[in-house]
Amino acid sequence: MKAPRSLFTYACLYLLFLYAPVILLPIFAFNDSAIIALPLSGITFDWFFLLWETEALHEAFKNSMIIAIATAIGSTTLGIFAARGAARYVFVGKRGIMGFVMLPLVLPEIIVGVALLVVMAQLGLSLSAWTVVIGHILICTPFSIAILLSAFNNMDRSLEEASLDLGESQIGTFFRVILPLVTPGIISSLLIAFTISLDEFIIAFFLTGTDVTLPVYIWGQLRFPARLPSVMALGFLMVLLSLALLLAAEYFRRRANRVTGGDANKETIF
Amino acid sequence: MPANHATQTSGAANANRRWLPQMPPQGWRGLALVSPTLLYALLMLAAPLALVFALSLWTQNYLTLDRTVTANNYIEAFTQPLFQLLMVRSLTISAVVTLVTVILAYPIAYYVAFYGGKRKALWLLAITIPFWTSYLIRIFLWKVILGYNGVINGSLMGLGFIEEPLTFILYNANAVVITLAHAWAPFAILPIFVSLSKIDTSLLEAARDLGDGPIRRFFRITLPLSMSGVVAASLIVFIPTVGDYVTPKLLGGTDGLMIANMIQIQFGKANNAPLGSALAVSAMVIVGAISILFVWLNRRFLKVKG
Repeated sequence: MKAPRSLFTYACLYLLFLYAPVILLPIFAFNDSAIIALPLSGITFDWFFLLWETEALHEAFKNSMIIAIATAIGSTTLGIFAARGAARYVFVGKRGIMGFVMLPLVLPEIIVGVALLVVMAQLGLSLSAWTVVIGHILICTPFSIAILLSAFNNMDRSLEEASLDLGESQIGTFFRVILPLVTPGIISSLLIAFTISLDEFIIAFFLTGTDVTLPVYIWGQLRFPARLPSVMALGFLMVLLSLALLLAAEYFRRRANRVTGGDANKETIF
Repeated sequence: MPANHATQTSGAANANRRWLPQMPPQGWRGLALVSPTLLYALLMLAAPLALVFALSLWTQNYLTLDRTVTANNYIEAFTQPLFQLLMVRSLTISAVVTLVTVILAYPIAYYVAFYGGKRKALWLLAITIPFWTSYLIRIFLWKVILGYNGVINGSLMGLGFIEEPLTFILYNANAVVITLAHAWAPFAILPIFVSLSKIDTSLLEAARDLGDGPIRRFFRITLPLSMSGVVAASLIVFIPTVGDYVTPKLLGGTDGLMIANMIQIQFGKANNAPLGSALAVSAMVIVGAISILFVWLNRRFLKVKG
């Protein structure tokens, strides 16, 4: 079937709308002017050098990396438990339990931030990078579960049964048969959780204390017009990093489906 | 082997606790596997939310917390004109954002689902890529596009369409709606795409063979069958946007501030966490009630399933 011309035109215009801000990002990151506005001046790399010389940014970058790595590991671990349980077994209350652990997907992030902030304040605990990790694991776990559920569901059950029949224990089977089969799914989950954590602002803003993350740092910079061009440069670098991670995740997700015998286009997490 | 053992234990457990619903064989193992994730969500989400509710019933006396239970915070949250204004505005903006996002998203989901051909995955990837740009920077860039000296005004003036910059597109609710409709686009497109992809095309052919024109066919077959995706998309957009903080703060000016900004002020500068909690709980309950009503209405009148 051929699409009506009007629909195709609409699709193209819509893509333009979606890409409008992204197209501007590299333009202003390389624009030789301290003001973010048209018309453009010349090309410069100064804003990138400026980033290199900013100490506070390096600290924020380090914090963000630690938080994102810890979040990726935490949410993927919790995701493996939930996805394996839900994919392999039937049990009472499954729908309710899975619905509850997926809840952060639709909860406004400010609610998660406020709730954890209240707990920390009542327990008298101080805020740090680790309180951010707790919040980020909460919002990333549903994404990990969605990815891993598709990996576990696509897995051929007979391989697991063969291993058990041949005398391998449950635990041995899990580590020697099941885990290798879902490894691409695990890598994909790690990368997605890492990317989400790296970009998350509201929860970090509420829970970070003095350990500033990259988005919180950017938020602080947005108030100073003179800093904006280097924020654009930083944003540009972060897009490149996110894209690389996203494409890697997509590659592993497709491989996960191929290895486990599923259809690569069947279950898309997005 | 472990499998047998598990069946026996679960059987025994069921015999001992007849008040529990019948657990399928090995069901306890599934429950045990899910429990770490469940425990985390209970400890880090359910318990904190319960504490937020408790806090909303207490009173902040400057530095000390008065733990006497009172509904005063809720009375304030619902009667103070400023809070009423912000709540109504948040709900209105979110409702408009949801409407705009879903209406804009539907044709693109339709296009990819029915005419995407072999390029479906590529289209979906193309739709999601812009959203891996930093959220804050994306919203800031909308300010650059919509601003007084921004891209839109610059181009329109350069082309001679307008004499003076348009001012109705920044620092007001319009700017918030445009930016949020952009920010939530993929979350609306994907559920609609999934529901459209599931439609059995033989139904569409049957409608055509029986004499329905393209428009009648769309409203009688395609739209009703994809309503589950539309409902999911609406909820996925509506619920989180009510609590959006960044967009109103950066683009909303004073006329575009929303309830999340007030919640943040109560927890921050105003140092009134109980009032902030009451506002947060009220917002959640109202949003939850609206969502449930929305789903119910769709089930009742359009027979939308799940």
